[in-house]
Amino acid sequence: MRDFDFIRPATISDAIAAAAGPGSAYLAGGTNLLDLMKGGITSPERIVDITRLPELNRIETLDDGGLRIGALVRNADLAHDPAFAKAYPAVAEALLSGASAQLRNAATVGGNLLQRTRCSYFYDTASACNRREPGSGCSALGGENRLHAILGWSDACIATHPSDFCVPLVALDTVVEIEGKEGRRHVTLEEFHRLPGDTPQRETMLEPGELIVAVRLPAEAASFAAHARYLKVRERTSYAFAVVSAAAALVVDRGKIRGARLALGGVAAKPWRARSAEAALLGADADEASFVRAADAALADASPSGDNAFKIELARRIVVRALMAAKAGTPERMPALPASPFSSIPGVRHDA
Amino acid sequence: MMLELGLNQQPAHTRQGSSIGQPLTRRDGFLKVTGTARYAADNHPPGMLYAVLAVSSIARGRVVSLDIEAAKAHSGVVEVMTPLNRPALAVDPDAKDHPFMFRLDLLQNDGVRYPNQSIAVVIAETLEAATEGAALLSPRYETLPARVGLDGGKSFVPRGVGVGNPAVQEKGDVEAGLESARTRIEAAYETPAQYHNAMEPHAIVAAWDGDQLSIDTPSQGLAMAQGRIAGLFGIAPRNVHIRSPFLGGGFGSKGMISGPQVLGILAARLVGRPVKLVLRREQMYGPVGHRAPARQTLRMGMDGEGRLTALSHHARTTSSTFDDFFEPAADASHTLYASPAIATSHDAVRLDTGTPLFMRAPGEATGSIALESAIDEAAHACGMDPLEFRLRNYAEVEPMTGKPFSSKALRECYEQAAEAFGWASRPLQPRRMRDADGFLTGWGMGTATFPALMFQAEARAVLRADGSGLMETGAQDMGQGAWTAFAQIAADGLGLDIDQVDFRAGSSDLPNAGIAGGSGHTATAGMAIHNAGAAVIARLADLATGNEASPLFGAGNEGVLARGGRLYRRDDESRGESYSEILARAGLAEIEGHGKGAPDPASQETYAKHAHGAVFAEVKVDPDLGQIRVTRLVGAFAAGRVINPRLVRSQYYGGMIWGVSFALHEEAVTDRRSGRIQNANLAEYHVPVNADVPSVEALLVHEDDPHVNALGIKGVGEIGITGTAGAVANAVWHATGVRPRRFPIRIEDLLG
Ligand SMILES: Cc1cc2nc3c(=O)[nH]c(=O)nc-3n(C[C@H](O)[C@H](O)[C@H](O)COP(=O)(O)OP(=O)(O)OC[C@H]3O[C@@H](n4cnc5c(N)ncnc54)[C@H](O)[C@@H]3O)c2cc1C
Ligand code: SF4
Repeated sequence: MRDFDFIRPATISDAIAAAAGPGSAYLAGGTNLLDLMKGGITSPERIVDITRLPELNRIETLDDGGLRIGALVRNADLAHDPAFAKAYPAVAEALLSGASAQLRNAATVGGNLLQRTRCSYFYDTASACNRREPGSGCSALGGENRLHAILGWSDACIATHPSDFCVPLVALDTVVEIEGKEGRRHVTLEEFHRLPGDTPQRETMLEPGELIVAVRLPAEAASFAAHARYLKVRERTSYAFAVVSAAAALVVDRGKIRGARLALGGVAAKPWRARSAEAALLGADADEASFVRAADAALADASPSGDNAFKIELARRIVVRALMAAKAGTPERMPALPASPFSSIPGVRHDA
Repeated sequence: MMLELGLNQQPAHTRQGSSIGQPLTRRDGFLKVTGTARYAADNHPPGMLYAVLAVSSIARGRVVSLDIEAAKAHSGVVEVMTPLNRPALAVDPDAKDHPFMFRLDLLQNDGVRYPNQSIAVVIAETLEAATEGAALLSPRYETLPARVGLDGGKSFVPRGVGVGNPAVQEKGDVEAGLESARTRIEAAYETPAQYHNAMEPHAIVAAWDGDQLSIDTPSQGLAMAQGRIAGLFGIAPRNVHIRSPFLGGGFGSKGMISGPQVLGILAARLVGRPVKLVLRREQMYGPVGHRAPARQTLRMGMDGEGRLTALSHHARTTSSTFDDFFEPAADASHTLYASPAIATSHDAVRLDTGTPLFMRAPGEATGSIALESAIDEAAHACGMDPLEFRLRNYAEVEPMTGKPFSSKALRECYEQAAEAFGWASRPLQPRRMRDADGFLTGWGMGTATFPALMFQAEARAVLRADGSGLMETGAQDMGQGAWTAFAQIAADGLGLDIDQVDFRAGSSDLPNAGIAGGSGHTATAGMAIHNAGAAVIARLADLATGNEASPLFGAGNEGVLARGGRLYRRDDESRGESYSEILARAGLAEIEGHGKGAPDPASQETYAKHAHGAVFAEVKVDPDLGQIRVTRLVGAFAAGRVINPRLVRSQYYGGMIWGVSFALHEEAVTDRRSGRIQNANLAEYHVPVNADVPSVEALLVHEDDPHVNALGIKGVGEIGITGTAGAVANAVWHATGVRPRRFPIRIEDLLG
């Protein structure tokens, strides 16, 4: 057996102190970390188990109307929290479209943000991978890459970030609350994940030893509750990562778009906030033509990184569909197949 | 409970009081749902060590070095087995005495011929130590370029395909038939490599005691495994004791003993202690078989009425560089559709992969998805409804051989499934149906077929003085329900209530039950059981009818019925006595009888024997996003006598779901440069989840077959996948107007 230290601190400060040394890793739900350890992709020397830190388990409403979600809140618990699902329906829908019920019961908020890419070469230690082993090369280039990135990729890495949860979160201006030796700091989720550039191994703004303690949704995020959807195209109906996904949130007033949020998943090394599309939507008519223009804007800079040109067109279409769905209104109840195109298609003529 | 000696062909399930035909639930169900069923890897004999394989990360080349010192230095590691210290074997693992003796990788040298090939075994006190020891070996290789893909090598025509069928067969003049046709189609279809992926990995717990070898391991063919292991180790087969009460699925990958299982035995021999070796999921993508990829080209000609004038089916497939197994995909065209001219041919290339093997309807599944797609294309080209087209080309005799069918209720299958599905209202043209939510909706169909095979099996039956019975045969339950179905046949064979019968199976110490494969296990071992029952009842009847003190005296064998633990005179049922009374009078504690199951050579010559079915599928396709969902499957199958309708339906459901999997999900993604499989795990090697299969219906169509065997059993295990895969593909075409030409059907192929 490969030995490592196992520490179970009682307080956040103990946890941060314990993780200060190199080769440390926090253990939350373990659904990603343990797989990575078993596969020899990471081999931490010290595991700091944060699952017993009570402060990280809470969902609190803040004085300014925002919401603070502790890093250890389980994905399933958050999605099934009725008040949360009502205020942030697209986030709940994204959570419920991810992984399987068993995994969602174990997976945490912090772990979900920090899950690693599913690029198969990253997991295959016999392959070259700049993200796993800086400077070794990128086996995905010229390899089996039909599900890889179409936005923000570099020659050093074409991987995508696989999270569903992060997609509506980034659309809703979520902020990540981080604690380290130097104290607490806040980083927007949009800045939190990095694009690969020449240093794909640097995946986030987190410094070694820093702990995610919570994520915060600003008060404004709840204003989209009536028109917010998450949509995810998959290669089977459930229990599959997104080929491409989109979160769309609108404020619509008498047919005009007064607020617009759009983000894409499965397209880049980070959850992709489509700001140019949002700008195109603001003030426009809430109709298909506007949505098509927004989709074109969102994908204007897209390019295939391999056998994945189809994802660009697919992303365009899913943006249009997600916006149509958002416009039609948040369904009263969570669809039986959350985020699935098969939950319903709004606005399509039945005899088309 | 009743057995008439000289059994007539009346279907057992219409006979009152019989166990056969009853929808019993699985007798092992309670053990399984409570987690108390003991699978191979659940065994922990005292003193047991753990073995972990080190496998190659290259496809082709040579292992240049292994850091054995580092592995041995790791705490808990007991031994590292490499080609240098692997115990000697009696025969070369690369020897091949007959076509079903597959070459094994047993550390015979430092060569690497496919990814995930075993290159060393680390044996340790704990699983964790063995796992880390294997990682510490840090192999270095001399690597040669991998040969990957359907065009990865020079093609050749194999000597035989499948179980030795000729690679090229022709009847009539195909070119002339095509020439004379009014309408012609030609289309090519590609299918990927697929891996069996049984839920339970290959596992073995092996313990030596001198030259006695005791093994717990899942096996679909205990006697074959026993013989192969005995041969490798140079010991008598009776010295090899294999227990395999339950398999967590096999699908063909546990038919032959695999290299890693033998390495577990070698490891136990090397360290002189019991050893457990369990494959990790990713290690199942190489040494335990797979379904080879294929590219199939079909050409068909039709006359003005939509009758086939010619059918040509060519399949390109692959095998390993060192052994021969060739998926007989084109042979699917031999049995289903009448045509004056039929040509089937195969060629192959050799790749740096493990050797492909039998997997979920080998040949039939791959061939069926292409043939059924092409038939659909042909029907459309003729402007005909696909069902009408199939009926127009209905084969009254087996097309390739001209033999009559032993039975064939395919018309009834078409009729009943079409009716239940509502096929009649299907528009002929594609892209005509939308559902209330705007999804493109399509209906497609496929014909299912699978040969009614029988192998060789034996069984031993005992009747005891206390009136109970025992039936023994080394049968294998992969989950199909053998424990239940065979107990039902045994009960009827012994003329006893099922609770009075002790049924034993799943061990190599019992009579050879042949192989649980080819959908032939129920027929083969079932006939052995049936005949063993008849033999012991005949002996009992001899005792009674030959004894003046018996009320049955003088009745003669033909005049006796066995029912509920008693023998009766056929001509006077008021005269009878119990088994106990007969045995007590004879002063016997028990009597036994033996029976065999085997195909009847005369009827083999005369008849074509196949199960048939018809499958109808409804799919929904998102018009913009291309995501597909199968919303309804209705199949009707005729496969001779049904021993247990509940289990049979489950088999059909399972097969049909694998058909969905073939059409929409399964694919081993192989890196085009290294030859390594990129999705060797169940998160990314997709099979359907519950949400992919919302509604499945399987209708059992009555069929009496007087020729297959005395019980009239065909086989139900594999037929469900055939027909279904094509039905789904055809439904996708009907929904979208896009003809799937490669599988699994991908979103990008439907985006338009
Ligand atoms: C089969 C499978 C299918 C999946 N499908 C999906 C899917 O469809 N969609 C989807 O979005 N996800 C999917 N996932 C991923 C899943 O959501 C993540 O594994 C999970 O969210 C990780 O959370 P965790 O708490 O288990 O993290 P862990 O595994 O415990 O940790 C992950 C990483 O985050 C670090 N970490 C954890 N918490 C903190 C913290 N508070 N501060 C600092 N560092 C921290 C750990 O050190 C580690 O590096 C799937 C996973 C599997 C195994
Ligand atoms: S795409 Fe990124 S993660 Fe994948 S192999 Fe290349 S560098 Fe590694």
